[in-house]
Amino acid sequence: MAEVTVNGTTRPLAGTPVHCTALDFLRGLGLTGAKEGCAEGECGACSVLVARPDGRDGAGSAWTALNSCLVPAAALDGQEVVTAEGLGDPGDLHPVQRELADRGGSQCGYCTPGFVCSMAAEYYRAGRRANGRADHEHGPNGFDLHALSGNLCRCTGYRPIRDAAWALGDPDVADPLAVRRTSPAPAPAATRLADGVGEFVRPASLAEALGLLAGHPDATVLAGATDVGVEVNLRGARPAYVVAVDRLPELRAVSLDPIQIGAALTLSEVERALDGAVPLLDRVWPQFASRLIRNGATIGGNLGTASPIGDLPPALLALEATLVLSSADGDREVPLAGYFTGYRETLLRPGELIRSVRVPRPLAGLTAFHKISKRRYDDISSVAVAVALDVTDGVVTRARIGLGGVAATPIRARATEAALEGRPWTEATADDAAAVLAGEGTPMDDHRASAAYRAAMLGQSLRKLWAEVAA
Amino acid sequence: MRASVGLPLTHESAALHVTGAALFTDDLVLRTPRLLHAHPVQAPHAHARVTRLDVAPAYDVPGVVRVLTAADVPGVNDAGIKQDEPLFPDEVMYRGHAVCWVLGETLEAARLGAAAVQADYDVLPAIVSVTDAITAESFQGARPTVERGDVEAALASAAHVFSGVTEMAGQEHFYLETHASLALVDEAGQVFVQSSTQHPTETQEIVAHVLGRHSHDVTVQCLRMGGGFGGKEMQPHGFAAVAALGATLTGRPVRLRLTRQQDITMTGKRHGFHATWQVGFDEGGCLQALDVTLTSDGGWSLDLSEPVLARALCHVDNAYWIPHVRAHGRVARTHKTSQTAFRGFGGPQGMLVIEDILGRCAPRLGVDPMELRRRNFYVEGQSTPYGQPVRHPERAGLAWDQVVVEGRVRERLAEVEAFNAAHPHTKRGLAVTPVKFGISFNFTAFNQAGALVHVYKDGSVLINHGGTEMGQGLHTKMIQVAATALGVPLERVRLAPTRTDKVPNTSATAASSSADLNGGAVKDACDQILARLEGVAGDTWEERVRSAYLQRIQLWAAGFYRTEGIHWDAALMSGHPFKYFAYGAAAAEVEVDGFTGAYTTRRVDIVHDVGDSLSPLVDVGQIEGGFVQGAGWLTLEDLRWDDADGRLLTQAASTYKLPSFSEMPPELHVTLLPMAHEDGAVYGSKAVGEPPLMLAFSVREALRQAAAAFGPPGTSVELASPATPEAVYWALERARSSAEVLVR
Repeated sequence: MAEVTVNGTTRPLAGTPVHCTALDFLRGLGLTGAKEGCAEGECGACSVLVARPDGRDGAGSAWTALNSCLVPAAALDGQEVVTAEGLGDPGDLHPVQRELADRGGSQCGYCTPGFVCSMAAEYYRAGRRANGRADHEHGPNGFDLHALSGNLCRCTGYRPIRDAAWALGDPDVADPLAVRRTSPAPAPAATRLADGVGEFVRPASLAEALGLLAGHPDATVLAGATDVGVEVNLRGARPAYVVAVDRLPELRAVSLDPIQIGAALTLSEVERALDGAVPLLDRVWPQFASRLIRNGATIGGNLGTASPIGDLPPALLALEATLVLSSADGDREVPLAGYFTGYRETLLRPGELIRSVRVPRPLAGLTAFHKISKRRYDDISSVAVAVALDVTDGVVTRARIGLGGVAATPIRARATEAALEGRPWTEATADDAAAVLAGEGTPMDDHRASAAYRAAMLGQSLRKLWAEVAA
Repeated sequence: MRASVGLPLTHESAALHVTGAALFTDDLVLRTPRLLHAHPVQAPHAHARVTRLDVAPAYDVPGVVRVLTAADVPGVNDAGIKQDEPLFPDEVMYRGHAVCWVLGETLEAARLGAAAVQADYDVLPAIVSVTDAITAESFQGARPTVERGDVEAALASAAHVFSGVTEMAGQEHFYLETHASLALVDEAGQVFVQSSTQHPTETQEIVAHVLGRHSHDVTVQCLRMGGGFGGKEMQPHGFAAVAALGATLTGRPVRLRLTRQQDITMTGKRHGFHATWQVGFDEGGCLQALDVTLTSDGGWSLDLSEPVLARALCHVDNAYWIPHVRAHGRVARTHKTSQTAFRGFGGPQGMLVIEDILGRCAPRLGVDPMELRRRNFYVEGQSTPYGQPVRHPERAGLAWDQVVVEGRVRERLAEVEAFNAAHPHTKRGLAVTPVKFGISFNFTAFNQAGALVHVYKDGSVLINHGGTEMGQGLHTKMIQVAATALGVPLERVRLAPTRTDKVPNTSATAASSSADLNGGAVKDACDQILARLEGVAGDTWEERVRSAYLQRIQLWAAGFYRTEGIHWDAALMSGHPFKYFAYGAAAAEVEVDGFTGAYTTRRVDIVHDVGDSLSPLVDVGQIEGGFVQGAGWLTLEDLRWDDADGRLLTQAASTYKLPSFSEMPPELHVTLLPMAHEDGAVYGSKAVGEPPLMLAFSVREALRQAAAAFGPPGTSVELASPATPEAVYWALERARSSAEVLVR
């Protein structure tokens, strides 16, 4: 029977509408700490903690903050959730709650329970150490402010929230949530929930998933729900048949040599698993949405949704990534450069899933990622440029450049690549290629940026790269 | 016993906030049985006549209980106080205007019911941009002028005369809690509305007039708000009225909570302004004359646009003495949401004009911008253009000088210069700007407040007052005031939620003045009780209270306060509208990337005048939060409308960006101006809600200077507002090419 463990108590999912969000489910239980602020995963007022695998061969779990407004309640079948109410109560505050309360970290209080949960996730992060790496984004206690990049506060200006985060010590050894980390996270539960509107199915294996997709070619494939959830909440989408693939073991494998990344790994998991193996991607992670989103969104989802302004495609294009696509008929491998066929259209056939992403070695020696946006954290790019260059004996031997935001799909800047290859890597070459790059794509005017600015940013990217390298 | 005022207390609800136990209006849903949910039908045109509204299909949707239309209104079909805001309109005045509301057993049923409603429209021409409104002479309301001296003569004789246009965008409040109301009717027909409102009395009055009832038939309660910032001063009334109307018609509780998209597309925002100006300086760079026309973008109805404009006109001087002034104002009528109060209430827009002028003119005058600003400060004996003597003008200079010293501004300016010389692609800017902001409602009658203080037989104290809590810490301060006035420990005092049946006829919690006004009323009530306890024997407070009860002494009191010594002539635009001025100064340093226009704020130093702080932790929180919100308005938050079809293009959190952690300056130092006692205000304190927002001009001016550093020395930079990375990029590109003459 479908059920969720919330703050230690088992709660049945039976009777919950298929498209009910985890947020509405929790609030329906009377747990009104988690709030709706935007319903699209931008503000974090709905943040809750979920026990997820910590990436150590299934041995332990990590308290992972998620936007409960995006995740369907049905996707939490068998899982353990902790809300602000579960962390402490007014007479017995959790250390995170104590610091926030004492330091003026709440004013109106509406965003606060979400901040509490995001902050608690970082508080319990196994790798958090007072390691002397303190800078403007890392506290002396190892607290990474990016953990709060998906939470908005309109009252405080954030300084007292930062101070609270940086004042946190280590969890007590007897802290039950700290102890909980040492045992495995709940396994995904095979789930089938239906109401008159739709059906939610979580298959147990890839074979079962592909079988379901073969029988339901119009099915909505769900991973982290960071895109589908927005469609449901803001645009009234009510998909009739949802197949959840984010916990399929076959889609969660990862290897470094060769580099192969399972499509259902979340971006946070990919970041952790690669552990710096692909420097270009390390430039992308801090700028990719927010930690809350990266904890839910999967690499396969980012490619499956095929947005022209997604952050990963430009980087993966520059890395010459390929995709392994699976269907009931078997697997095939396609280059990412040929995968996007039109605005939000791809080579994916009905019934086909992205299984993994491969990145060929050797990796280019010189890489850069320039994302242009209004806000540094948690924003969508107006233009993104990813550059991967091999420079041998002062000559550009290979150039791969991926662009986002300047065409109906992510594209390769092939004319610019040609203008670079075989030329000496000099400022003059960078300038000449920059002029070519400024003419790539067909940038548009919209609310994020003007076409002129987008074109200008293309033109500046290689100049900026040159200046960074020269510095 | 040590006074409770002045203690750095945490927010009175902090422990409830952090545990999720604090209840907001929409958290009451599960506690309210048989509730119905409301969903609007929003028109898809900026301007149109509704030619047919067929609600019958909505009733075919399972779970739809009732559709509310104009025909259901027993009283006045209007959501405002100027009779220009039909609650159920037959003429659509902006895109997203709600033409009717559907009530359902579930929100999903109401949503589907709303989608099923059939509406036909006769589309009419629309005016969306303020410049189009100016061209078409589409204005509404009064067109006041603040005038002093002989502007023509002063401009004619000025050594330097410049003119220009300054445009600034509006701002979405983006309180994290969207508008919410929950209404029910009791056994006697009394209507009880829980509303996220800054102005419970006005919500009560409008619910009453929509229902055709008297004020005593309606009670409005506000537990707390998840942020207000002015956005819940006028805007909640219509939503409360819809919920109340639904409750009276169905006999069931009705909940109305806007989604973020509904909130952004339906509710008013900070007014964008357009200003044309001509300014004169003498040889020494002293301001001689300012001739300015301010046109605010009022949106479709008047709402609070007239008082917002009045405050803008009263703040074009900021902290500067300008002998000859003519400031003319008008409100454009556009087919947009009805723009409304937002922290600062026009003051920021007026002040931006003079700061923009000084920032643009300083290079043209060959005067350092810091020097130009400091040189023009008011001094004792001078008056504002509307005739009010400027009290404590030295405080602007004290705050400025202190921020320059504590922020090591002189040394850092040299460091900035050295950095800029060494970095062709990255430039820094460091700017200091002042704030002078008038405290009190311009409309004199609003400057009154009431409170109710109960002392129970066991010595415990319960206070009610007319102000609402939206995170600004008002309730915390009121508890401190009561504990101090009665001489009891803080733990003895409890504060009950704001309700119109406890304290009637309240003013909006607005204009930064709620601690002044309600604090005065709470103190008055406490003083009355203390006077009655005079001479009552007892070793402890509890004993005296017990003894007083037995002697049949009244242990509760209604307090009242009105601000003395203020007056305002709205026709002449002159008088003494403000009890006092709040002062401050900020120094901000930014770094700009010459390739992209992207920037970071490296360090901010603030010295701000809050009088004798009632509650320092609360006040510092208001200063920091106001500053960051102001910086958001000036740099990041970018309302974009489609000028052709009136659609708001930035109608979600994914497209409208408010400051996040990445905009927090890594170094932010706030100091409260010392020795700042304010006579005649409660415990010598000063208002703090709005003034700090305008400290953020320092960021905008620092960006201007950093952009100028890409050009030759003396480059004058015109910077759009908001100064997004794109806007900064174009500004520094112009500085680099230096081809344009930016100030004519």
